[in-house]
Amino acid sequence: MSDAVIDVSGLTKIFGDRKVVDDVAMRVERGQICGFLGPNGSGKTTTIRMLCGLLRPDGGQGTCLGFDILREAPEIKRRVGYMTQRFSLYEDLSIRENLDFIARVYGVRERRRAVNATLEQLGLARRGGQLAGQLSGGWKQRLALAACMLHEPRLLLLDEPTAGVDPKARREFWEQIHELAARGITILVSTHYMDEAERCHELAYIAYGKLLITGTAREVVVHSKLTTWTVTGNDLFALAAELRSQPGVEMVVPFGNTLHVSGADAQLLAQTLAPYRERAGLDWQRGKPGLEDVFIKMMDYAPDNFES
Amino acid sequence: MNRYFSWRRFWAVLTKEFVQMRRDRLTFAMMVGIPILQLILFGFAINADPKALPTAVLAADNSEFARSFVRAMENSGYFRVVRHIADTRAGERALAIGEAQFVVTIPEGFARKLVRGERPVLLLEADASDPAATSNALAALLTLNQTAFRHDLRGSLAHLQNQLPPFEVRVHRRYNPEGITQYNIVPGLIGTILTMTMVMMTSLAMTRERERGTMENLLATPVRPIEVMTGKIVPYIVVGYVQVSIILAAAWALFGVPMVGSLVLLSLALIVFIASNLAVGFTFSTLAKNQLQAMQMAFFFFLPSILLSGFMFPFRGMPQWAQWLGEVLPLTHFLRILRGILLKGNGPAEIMPNMWPIGLFLLVAAAIALIRYRETLD
Ligand SMILES: Nc1ncnc2c1ncn2[C@@H]1O[C@H](COP(=O)(O)OP(=O)(O)O)[C@@H](O)[C@H]1O
Ligand SMILES: [Mg+2]
Repeated sequence: MSDAVIDVSGLTKIFGDRKVVDDVAMRVERGQICGFLGPNGSGKTTTIRMLCGLLRPDGGQGTCLGFDILREAPEIKRRVGYMTQRFSLYEDLSIRENLDFIARVYGVRERRRAVNATLEQLGLARRGGQLAGQLSGGWKQRLALAACMLHEPRLLLLDEPTAGVDPKARREFWEQIHELAARGITILVSTHYMDEAERCHELAYIAYGKLLITGTAREVVVHSKLTTWTVTGNDLFALAAELRSQPGVEMVVPFGNTLHVSGADAQLLAQTLAPYRERAGLDWQRGKPGLEDVFIKMMDYAPDNFES
Repeated sequence: MNRYFSWRRFWAVLTKEFVQMRRDRLTFAMMVGIPILQLILFGFAINADPKALPTAVLAADNSEFARSFVRAMENSGYFRVVRHIADTRAGERALAIGEAQFVVTIPEGFARKLVRGERPVLLLEADASDPAATSNALAALLTLNQTAFRHDLRGSLAHLQNQLPPFEVRVHRRYNPEGITQYNIVPGLIGTILTMTMVMMTSLAMTRERERGTMENLLATPVRPIEVMTGKIVPYIVVGYVQVSIILAAAWALFGVPMVGSLVLLSLALIVFIASNLAVGFTFSTLAKNQLQAMQMAFFFFLPSILLSGFMFPFRGMPQWAQWLGEVLPLTHFLRILRGILLKGNGPAEIMPNMWPIGLFLLVAAAIALIRYRETLD
């Protein structure tokens, strides 16, 4: 008996004549936090919508919480907490009315108590009568998260829950996510932030609708076989331009005051960089590639099915 | 917990709709304001009792009798002779340009026939395009033919007094042959206002969710289509009743419009009629991509409802194809029901022939709405 909460394969969605999600397979175990990464328009939202029965896949099969995603969408909807990318609670309802509505629709037991507890937790106990539309972006995000957890779902699907949220709120959010995971709740969370990716148990990276890699952050880095050197010093801009055309250099990416120079062929890269390492005013380190390096590289090599 | 229909989820949608309706002040004001405004506008038009209406006289018979008749018309207060004309063409023109509201034609040999007891025919042509303006005058005229010649018919002609009426007045209502009267207007108003607000409001029901982005969340919840539909429709049934109550109360208090029939029966018929309009609106809102499209669809439904239902034009005066179209529309049948109940005191048996077509319409519209309702975002 497998413990997979999400177990899908061959998931495909076609809009018009574009394969927006192409043959995606995904498996997430109970209590795991799976980070779902990929550039804008790569198909993250579409995949998540297919998982919770909001979109009908054009191909593929699988289960969510043990229910068939094609035939048992109502069962899945009842048990999943889905936080949409865009705020989708009612702006012309108050905070409390929104929570009340959600609690009723999901049939939450002891509704009043549950709503009050949620307001308390949010620190909005005294602002329950305020219209949701008047909340700031960060507060809307928190409210939406609280709303999708009201019915105590076993699986959370969070679509860019921290986009546009300040760092403190983000940190609190991630603490909460880890707490939930520790209680056995499974979480699939899409994000653009690499520091958030590092906080996930596993990662899935999607580009142009194709799932390029899955695994832990370490596995992803190892699997990429990428070697990265970092350099600090003067006039990095000119250096970057110069390095880009050199053999073995696949990526030159500035990170603030440092430059990440990466390539798949470690030996060739070392050879190429040898003369530069002699240069005065430059401080070279052989570093480990970060997730970002890996993902940028993967994007460059991703089959671009949008132009073909 | 029921898979197919849950009262709790229905109730959740219902209360949400009510709260949102209350928050939307402008729309709310419109729903209450439109009936009052319309009624007052129409109502004063109804109530006006215009006097001294311009009248042209075509006297082919210049007898004492003819002059007496014209004098009697003027004495009634409703008619004011503005012109004496020579031929029918001039009469046509006077009516067409609005110079005269009435043209009286006293035929040749009127006096001779009258004296012989042959009951000559007086022709009165009325510009009935505004029936409220002419109806009282016409009513006054009908009493005239009994009194106009009281002084002229004496002596050897006295026996003509008794054989009433001594002549016939033939009225031609021009431009509006059926002559919608004031009592027709209140039922008509109820029907059209309901059609307008109900279809419009519900046609926005789903498109608003879609445009505001709340659709995704709604669809992600376990709520079922039938719960969303009923939950969104029921609040407007309540609104419909409020509107009808306002119109009826105002029509009765301000203008003394009679209500002969049973108000309970009226309320029952109302439910079906309102629900059928709401189902149409809901269907539109599942078809429309945005609120503008929804409004356009609502208008596409509203226009034929007004034009072909018998509210605007007399139903029997329309071409056959238009009548067939009209028979499909709920408003057509509802107007007949309303007039029947309010003015004629019709009971259940009499309104049945017009009840079931509305019911059938409701079933079909609701079925389409449910089929069209997407549980996914596809
Ligand atoms: N309903 C839709 N109809 C047509 N194209 C869509 C629809 N939804 C999304 N897309 C397209 O599918 C692609 C993937 O979108 P999405 O899943 O939202 O990506 P992500 O969430 O990773 O940014 C985008 O190019 C988007 O324009
Ligand atoms: Mg997205």
